[in-house]
Amino acid sequence: MSTVFERVSKVIVDRLGVDESEVKLEASFREDLGADSLDVVELVMELEDEFDMEISDEDAEKIATVGNAISYIESKIS
Amino acid sequence: MGLVGKCAVVTGASRGIGRAIALHLASEGAKVVVNYSGSEQKALEVVEEIKNNGGEAIAVQANVAESDSVQNLMKTAIDTYGSIDILVNNAGITRDNLLMRMKENEWDDVIDTNLKGVFLCTKAVTRQMMKQRSGRIINISSIVGVAGNAGQANYVAAKAGVIGLTKTTAQELASRNILVNAIAPGFITTEMTEALPEEIKETMLKQIPLAKLGQPEDVAKAVVFFASDSANYITGQTLQIDGGMVMA
Repeated sequence: MSTVFERVSKVIVDRLGVDESEVKLEASFREDLGADSLDVVELVMELEDEFDMEISDEDAEKIATVGNAISYIESKIS
Repeated sequence: MGLVGKCAVVTGASRGIGRAIALHLASEGAKVVVNYSGSEQKALEVVEEIKNNGGEAIAVQANVAESDSVQNLMKTAIDTYGSIDILVNNAGITRDNLLMRMKENEWDDVIDTNLKGVFLCTKAVTRQMMKQRSGRIINISSIVGVAGNAGQANYVAAKAGVIGLTKTTAQELASRNILVNAIAPGFITTEMTEALPEEIKETMLKQIPLAKLGQPEDVAKAVVFFASDSANYITGQTLQIDGGMVMA
């Protein structure tokens, strides 16, 4: 079973076309990974599918970095 | 026009222009979700007619001004046909009155259905269309939204709003291959225009260079065009179908 980080990382690499080595906890989707606002919305959608959860608009707005996404998901699935 | 296998949701499709749009999309091969608010019988007749012509359709009740109702409509469409390729925001009402006499609820009702309804339906299909990396949204505005019309402040404000919403939605979703256009019909023969007083109809006719009212089919054919591959490079536009009444 892959870790949450590995699964999130794969979604980001597939969606944003970045190199796996760029996906670090502190990396900002928009500042560091070249995502525009619509990319972030789509990324959240794909994370919802990957982890079979619903992320509310309010929560989604707080997800700006890879670390934000992972800690949010871990708080929901554990 | 090659819409075979595509799923189209048409709001307010039980009567008038919406009915003609549903029938035309179906005749091009689209599977049509015939949305209605109150006229269940009329909606079922549209479904029946599509099926008799060898097409596929279902009728789904929903009030486009209510978020939960809209969510249910789109979910039913996806559960039934597996995708939403075309959304036609057609549902509309009128509560005509002079501005000075217009009641607040007359204003609110028309804005809620004719403008907020377009927002809610569009928002509800974007997730699906973004995943598909394709989609067509066609908003039915009105020529009065371009030119104004005494006695229809609420309707005109909503229909002008739809044109602005069309442009913004087109800009936000173009990168995902979702194309959004509006149609602004002029005076089309429907129950809505039949209800107008005779003298108003005569005055209107004098303003139309083609000197006749349009038919619902005239609008439906343009919807089919916007939904088809013929319109692959068109987004954010408003097409007036008004017999030449308003020339900007």
